[in-house]
Amino acid sequence: MSKPLIGVILGAILGAIDGLTAWFTPEVRDQLGGIVVGSTIKGIVAGIAIGFFAKKFHSLPLGILFGVLVGAFLAFLIALMQGGYYLEIVLPGTLVGLIVGFATQKYGKPAATANS
Amino acid sequence: MKWLSDSKVTHLRAIAAEPDFSATKYTFIKELARGGMGTVYLAEDTELNRQVAIKVLSTPELTEDMRRRMIREARIIARLEHPGIVPVHDVGVLPDGRVFYAMKFVRGVRLDEYAANNESIKDRLRKFQSVCDAVAFAHAHGVIHRDLKPQNIMIGSFGEVLVLDWGVAKIVHQAVSSEADTLMLPRQDHNEVSDTAHGTVIGTRQYMSPEQARGEIDQLDERADIYSLGAVLHFLLTNQAPKDARPRAVNPAVTKPAEAVCLKAMAQERSQRYASAAELSADVGRLLDAEPVAAYKENAYEKVSRWVGKNRFLVLLVLAYLLMRIFFIFSSRG
Repeated sequence: MSKPLIGVILGAILGAIDGLTAWFTPEVRDQLGGIVVGSTIKGIVAGIAIGFFAKKFHSLPLGILFGVLVGAFLAFLIALMQGGYYLEIVLPGTLVGLIVGFATQKYGKPAATANS
Repeated sequence: MKWLSDSKVTHLRAIAAEPDFSATKYTFIKELARGGMGTVYLAEDTELNRQVAIKVLSTPELTEDMRRRMIREARIIARLEHPGIVPVHDVGVLPDGRVFYAMKFVRGVRLDEYAANNESIKDRLRKFQSVCDAVAFAHAHGVIHRDLKPQNIMIGSFGEVLVLDWGVAKIVHQAVSSEADTLMLPRQDHNEVSDTAHGTVIGTRQYMSPEQARGEIDQLDERADIYSLGAVLHFLLTNQAPKDARPRAVNPAVTKPAEAVCLKAMAQERSQRYASAAELSADVGRLLDAEPVAAYKENAYEKVSRWVGKNRFLVLLVLAYLLMRIFFIFSSRG
């Protein structure tokens, strides 16, 4: 499996879980569908970016750092649109980025080299 | 009349026992080891200014068969050009008629000494894999070792693994390699080899396959070495030469897959063993990579445990994420 595909799959799954947890917040429960879709799309976008980064750069620390930054940035944008819940949105988003950053560096087929 | 002191007599005896390298390009330094057939000396190659190990027939009563065996041993090793097999530089005859051959002087420790000072099973398995690769190379060129044991394996100063003592090796078939310049063993070699007679037991009992222990010399093939490799693996897993006990009975820390690999290699029935040293090496590689091995069928729990063990950090990250989520859920309710 390629690294970008791993990023997409993992980003989508974790993004969807992230969105589903909104069910536990009664104030936003009626917007659950939109939150799940938005969160999943956010996860996919982060997964693609982190996956392509992993394909280009083979470094675990850099991959994790990039994942954290992308996850945090996208989650911050979502929180900005929501107009609140910064900690509840940015912190899990950052952790999702960290997990995807780690997983894409550790797993998946590396890019072919000139000799192969 | 003046009598010589005991120390002088001892000194003279030692000098008399030294091989006479005067007609060769080597100068004697010291004795390294003494075996059944030959003694290995450390010597200086005066032309290339390097130290070499020289094996010399130790028996004064030379027979033609012994000479042929030594030359045959040198030829077998010389043809096995592999990083895991000690290279032979030269072969010749000393002024007293004894055959010798010069080989690379390996600085390092024997595998049993290495194991005594290295607790890491992973490191040991990596070394064992290198042994398997060297033996697989010899098998591919039609040579079986017949005396594989930790004492015949050296770990060099830089971690390189070398299989030594091919004194009882046997040529079983011609090389199958298609490369024109590879080490083809000519058929006449098989005839010139004074093969050990059927019924003779050669090798080291604890590391010897059952068929070898029964003296079925004609029946021996690569799988006899596979058994010995299994016995070496048993030693590396337990620090003990194999007896009747399974590795886990001696050392409970040995995993079930590792034990299964060892027992498959040491199967009493040779058809049950690994078909080749390369197959054994591949299974050991899977052990090292925490992949499922061919010798052991895992149940679902073991599969999950192995996956979790292999992906510990990822599992911890996901757990941390889930814990954080649960924390937020409860904190928003509070």
